Amino acid sequence: MRRRLISLVVASLIATPCLIAQDEALQAPKSVAAGDGFAIQTTGTGKAALYIVGPSQVLKCDVERGQSISFAPGTLHNAGHYLVILKTDSSSDTSEMDVLPASSPSELSFLARPSRLPVGLHDGITGAVYVFDAYKNLIAAPESVSFELSNPSGVTQTHVVQTHNGAALTAMDSTQQQGADKFTARVGDVTSTRIVGQVPGDPCGIKMSTKPSPSGQQIELETEPLRDCSGNAVPDGTIVTFTETYAGAQTTADVPLKRGIAQVAMPAHNGAMLSAASGVVLGNQIHWETH
Amino acid sequence: MLKLLKRLLPVLSILAFAASIHAATTADVRIEPLAAQQGPRTLTDQTASAVIKDYLQSWQSLSAALEQNRAELLKMDFAGVALEKLGETVHEQSAAGLSTQYRDSAHDIQIVFSSPEGLSVQLTDTVAYDLQVLDHGKSISSKHITTRYIVVLTPAEARWKVRVFQATN
Repeated sequence: MRRRLISLVVASLIATPCLIAQDEALQAPKSVAAGDGFAIQTTGTGKAALYIVGPSQVLKCDVERGQSISFAPGTLHNAGHYLVILKTDSSSDTSEMDVLPASSPSELSFLARPSRLPVGLHDGITGAVYVFDAYKNLIAAPESVSFELSNPSGVTQTHVVQTHNGAALTAMDSTQQQGADKFTARVGDVTSTRIVGQVPGDPCGIKMSTKPSPSGQQIELETEPLRDCSGNAVPDGTIVTFTETYAGAQTTADVPLKRGIAQVAMPAHNGAMLSAASGVVLGNQIHWETH
Repeated sequence: MLKLLKRLLPVLSILAFAASIHAATTADVRIEPLAAQQGPRTLTDQTASAVIKDYLQSWQSLSAALEQNRAELLKMDFAGVALEKLGETVHEQSAAGLSTQYRDSAHDIQIVFSSPEGLSVQLTDTVAYDLQVLDHGKSISSKHITTRYIVVLTPAEARWKVRVFQATN
């Protein structure tokens, strides 16, 4: 009998949380969606002032007690926790309510990094998204975010990530092809796109050839067109360092690539060792012999 | 001596962290471990400390701005959407003859997300505060409230600023 009574009390508590959670003179909804219309029921008679107070929004209106006070859609639009106060000359009744973000996403804050990187880099591109509703409230409920990285020839990678507390994150590999890629975040119909410039990586190798100058006093050194390991042309301006070693002395020349190749003339010494390098990439070596 | 200093370093950093937090607020502050954070990088202790210190400081600015109805007090600690919304509240309060006192008494903070290259940090805070509402200077209600906030901070010139400040159920 006693157990049955306890069960009945618990069941009644679960069935009527709003009524027991609120003051009798004031019945506000426990929660409303941002921007939705809602009503607050008051009891008693006479004039009163109704306040809805939170850090993100404040409303005040004069009301007649005993009426249902309606708030038009759009009136309370900032998500947050609010204190509802019904104040008369002799009393002050309070209740609390939550304004929840609207369920449909309207805006994405998309942070993508970096804006430029070499091709073929594993997890080189990262994107973070915050999802907002039409009233700029962060939507904390889980949403599926689709991240797409595409180059001019089509989509290359897609990651679908669930938001947690309104945020989602992904990392993607830069593609093998140089150029401007589109990095897009999509939630439902809402998209945000960033451009990620993919530039060639370091040269994959350097192949150099030599020939004597017409006067015979110098050696003309020239590289073949430099490409990275994905076959993209290394950009002009990249420095190639030519080195000539002869009789214990070293002569170097830093030469920028022009139209994909680097050229230089160095003194012709019989028995000199010639080499070329760019960054950490070392090219072939040539032993110069005059006949 | 060097060995002793090395051994004391973690203790000293915790003391420095606690001292910096204490300087930002008089409320009880509990910091959850960083391990659960989602993101490509783990924040350093110094960054986490700076983020939390600046966040707690933002409560002081919020409190002063809403009590004195002075939106300009928000600018040091808030940016973007948070600054817009709180500034709007100051104007609404001012127009209605209201002012509010927010006195934070306890924070339970956890950093949950950091975006690439430290562009943003997200934290959750279960905060307890006393709210007093005044109409034309006369107190009409006061209430002790505990609620959970989701906060996003972004780095500005010299400090972290709150960009999203939203209570969530």
